[in-house]
Amino acid sequence: MIISVASGKGGTGKTTVATNLAVSLKKDVFLLDCDVEEPNCHLFLNPIINKTEPVIAPVPRIDLEKCTFCKKCMDICRYGAIAVLKKDVMIFENLCHSCGGCFEVCPENALIEKQRVLGEIEHGVKDHISFIHGRLEIGQVMVPPIIKKVRSFTKHEQITIIDAPPGTSCPVIAAMKGADFVLLVTEPTPFGLHDLKLAVETIKILGIPHGIVINRAGLGNDDVKAYAIKQNIPILMEIPFDKKIAQTYSKGQMLAGTLPGYTERFQVLYDRIIQVMENREKN
Amino acid sequence: MKELVILSGKGGTGKTSITSAFASLAQNMVLCDADVDAADLHLILEPDFKKSQDFKAGHEAIINPDKCSQCGQCIDLCRFDAIKDTFEVDSIECEGCGVCVDLCSEQAIDFPETICGQWYISSTRFGPMVHARLGIAQENSGKLVSLVRNEAKKIAEQENLDLIITDGPPGIGCPVIASIGQATAILIVAEPTISGCHDMERLEQLTRHFNIPAMVCINKYDLNLDLTKSIEEFADSANMAVVGKIPFDPIFTKAMIKAQTIFEYNNDSQISIKTKQLWDNILSQDEFKRPVTNILQHL
Repeated sequence: MIISVASGKGGTGKTTVATNLAVSLKKDVFLLDCDVEEPNCHLFLNPIINKTEPVIAPVPRIDLEKCTFCKKCMDICRYGAIAVLKKDVMIFENLCHSCGGCFEVCPENALIEKQRVLGEIEHGVKDHISFIHGRLEIGQVMVPPIIKKVRSFTKHEQITIIDAPPGTSCPVIAAMKGADFVLLVTEPTPFGLHDLKLAVETIKILGIPHGIVINRAGLGNDDVKAYAIKQNIPILMEIPFDKKIAQTYSKGQMLAGTLPGYTERFQVLYDRIIQVMENREKN
Repeated sequence: MKELVILSGKGGTGKTSITSAFASLAQNMVLCDADVDAADLHLILEPDFKKSQDFKAGHEAIINPDKCSQCGQCIDLCRFDAIKDTFEVDSIECEGCGVCVDLCSEQAIDFPETICGQWYISSTRFGPMVHARLGIAQENSGKLVSLVRNEAKKIAEQENLDLIITDGPPGIGCPVIASIGQATAILIVAEPTISGCHDMERLEQLTRHFNIPAMVCINKYDLNLDLTKSIEEFADSANMAVVGKIPFDPIFTKAMIKAQTIFEYNNDSQISIKTKQLWDNILSQDEFKRPVTNILQHL
């Protein structure tokens, strides 16, 4: 059972929902933080990190002794990462997508695979939670390979909760694809609704069952609810707009265990997700 | 011409609300929404669309089953696992590298250009605006960010406007890097939460990596005064000016619901006064000081 927590808009409460859901379930669970540009789950969970490994990708390095300056590598590269000059070859590592085309076409074997570091993965543990997150190296842009690596450690048989990045483009897809359920966290404001609609469109492309958590309920207006009813998307939980909750969050504390009733409320959220899945199977 | 780019690292700290407030105050400027993945600035500025164009970027491999001999070479070559055993390309996984296209022995793979989104030039009640919409599940967000910023620059040059205000995307990855190159300065909108501090620090590292000056505004500063102090200390150690502190107040949401900036909603509110001070402080930073005519020349 893989549950991906997504939102479209940033700052709606994805991390709050993902971490609190994980601690509230009193059984073994995987928590994966796939917001690798700005990972935050560890700040709330405080896991003991027991393994760190780099995420690497190949980039070409040129052996000028062998190179005949035929330009085949430059021609196949769609990213402009290789410039062949008269007596030199320039390689722009930051533009390279590691597609491997240049290695395939070089007739002289003049390109050597060098590894560059895109980011790192950390494994950790906290009570019943196995934790993994990725972290993009500052200045790097290849986000999906890091997310895929974080996700490679889990199986559908285990309960896995994924904290996805904001947006609707490739990193979000990498964090949602193959999930059994997507939990959309939104806030009842015009920005929240607008970006929720984008997220719903994204999920429809992937064909994943989904439900909504309204965070900061009471802050804005009722348009998110009206939209959910019209689209027939279940609202599975509402977290009220409350300065006490915002302050709890600001200190890096979980709602579950700090504020009364929240462990139970997140357990109910999980039960509702299971219900939605079961009803879907029946139909 | 100067460009102020508003960023935050963490999402939802108030970038767009603050950008729209600046639009109310700034003179002689172009607005640019560089959060092409989930653009929201138009919800407040209600732009009047003048020009809409397709954003074409990259290509997508499509296998022609009539020509394909199912030799499997493309599957072996593809480093993105985008070609299924059924010899169909998974368009979501395809990176558009074209390696399979170039090396297919049967020349059975087409490679049409893809439309990844749309971009727009609009007019708003505060001035011209360039914005875009990246298609769902599309790539090339960085290229689209560069495109809207370039178009904003062109408009500024043509219409003799001396400031671009750019609403940036969250994170520190590809679209953010595309939004900061050549910028005059970055305004980091931070919030005093554990995650807000963490994300601001990573964004500061990024601006330092690319050598772009940055300053900080602390939004919702009274939510956690200890962390506000930490942000101020961090900013000081990183040589960033703290140009404003704005209290926690749902007035931003109330204004948003009416599609108004906070000044249009209530010009005399505490938030409006603080935001006006923030704007004045930004303009008084070295990067934004307008050239002063030498009085002696006129004597």
